[in-house]
Amino acid sequence: MATMLISDLHDTWIHRIGRRMTCFIIVMGDLALFSIQMLGWMFRRWPCRSVLIPNMYQIGVRSLPVVMVTGVFIGMVLAVQGYDQFRLMRMETRLGAVINVSLVKELGPVLAATMLAGRVGSAMAAELGTMRVTEQIDALRALGASPIQYLVVPRFLACFLLIPMLTAVADGMGILGGWFLSTQVLGIKSFHYWFNAIDYVAAYDVISGVLKSIFFGAAIALIACHRGFHCGAGAEGVGRAATEAFVFSFVAILIIDFFLGMFLTTLYYVLWPAPVTIL
Amino acid sequence: MSRFSLLNKNFSHHGGAVSSRPSIELRAVSKRFGTQSILRDITLEVHQGETLALIGESGCGKSVTLKLIMGLLDPTDGEVLWDGRSLKGRKEQELTRERLRFGYLFQGAALFDSLSVFENVAFGLQQNTRVPKDQVRKIVFERLHEVGLPASVCDKKPAELSGGMKKRVGLARALALTPEIVLYDEPTTGLDPIMSDVINGLILQTHARRPVTSIVVTHDMTTVRKVADRVVMLYPLSRLSEGESQVVFNGTAKQAFASFDPRISQFVHGQAGERMQELAVG
Repeated sequence: MATMLISDLHDTWIHRIGRRMTCFIIVMGDLALFSIQMLGWMFRRWPCRSVLIPNMYQIGVRSLPVVMVTGVFIGMVLAVQGYDQFRLMRMETRLGAVINVSLVKELGPVLAATMLAGRVGSAMAAELGTMRVTEQIDALRALGASPIQYLVVPRFLACFLLIPMLTAVADGMGILGGWFLSTQVLGIKSFHYWFNAIDYVAAYDVISGVLKSIFFGAAIALIACHRGFHCGAGAEGVGRAATEAFVFSFVAILIIDFFLGMFLTTLYYVLWPAPVTIL
Repeated sequence: MSRFSLLNKNFSHHGGAVSSRPSIELRAVSKRFGTQSILRDITLEVHQGETLALIGESGCGKSVTLKLIMGLLDPTDGEVLWDGRSLKGRKEQELTRERLRFGYLFQGAALFDSLSVFENVAFGLQQNTRVPKDQVRKIVFERLHEVGLPASVCDKKPAELSGGMKKRVGLARALALTPEIVLYDEPTTGLDPIMSDVINGLILQTHARRPVTSIVVTHDMTTVRKVADRVVMLYPLSRLSEGESQVVFNGTAKQAFASFDPRISQFVHGQAGERMQELAVG
């Protein structure tokens, strides 16, 4: 009969889950403190132009090509996938409405944010992680600068301010891609396509999409910078920080999307209650 | 200089004045990272104007001690004092302001990759002072000249520099704000003997130019002989038994080299002794 040691009692699956939960709570608490510190610095000392502009260029301008390509193809994929279903119901002219609403409310913001997390989030985590490993973050503190003010605030601002524009570009390119495929390849008349599409997309849809993207941008910047600041030693630590930055950002994007989606839909019905109809 | 401060000063063997007043104190400082204990119960004083060499095997906590002294890490137990004032409970902003009294030469120089040499050296001045641009330029050129670098390196990025040049730029950056205390983390590691001698010369020059307190973490016994007024040797915790002090030596370089304690003499003379067998077994 196998004997159980006292040390075995501390390594059951319950203990392992407990340890993971404790670790998760500690990381979330640390991320919250990190965010508060970042906000404190943002209002106390605005980053200088020479630091902010290069970050905006890296995060915003250099993300444009990938966001544009993604947007176009998602619009086209939606057209291809939706066309057959709509044709069965002889409603193919309504395809534009579905493509545009899906893009503006959901796919545009989520895909722009995912691209940003992949292209910029992991790069930020890797860059800050390398700075930590090579003691550059300690050097900043030694030279009387706050690493959060100097490194995190400009990246946060660049993500926060530019992601709505990237989302708008992704939306626009997706709408163009959907229109191009629907009218030039699938043979839907352009007039009917736009006529129906315009009817279905409300200003509230556009605003809610852009609003979501702002939250996504903030989450990406904070998670990526936090992972970079808490990077493990060596090349392995930097690699892990970059991967974690993307994975955690992506999960955060989906969670935020769900809760904001619920909130914004509820808000819509509070602001503009649906008319009561008697059949 | 007041009569009191004159009375309180001795002179280091490099000619600088050493005050009996401790500039930096470590009182029973311990440091743990998670479950790993790095330092245990370290008590140390560094006097104004002296050059202290901190030696010891790799992993014994020398660099951690330097970061604790600078306030970049918080001790797990004990306290660090600057000019008799504890760092415990002080706000980060206050520490940031007071850290400007320190210059820190990092082990790998820790130059900011994205900035040029000029921007690296000017960083502290631009962040913390309102010195006009032409004055900043003048100071940067002066510091680069002091460390023997031409003005032509100003536009280069750290990646374009050799190891020795990086260390010298790091030293110029550390000295840009005219610090009272300079901390050197392994200033000659990875450099050839000639470049090591250049760096040792620069440490001495810095000391001769202005009254600075210096702490040099090093494995290089030539550096110890050349620059140190006093030597403190730390021993790895893993090799100490319970209750033994981690500071196994505190005296002059001459005393360290003449010591019969095998832990000290083996280290300063570079003889592995029974450590060779231990490592072979490991």
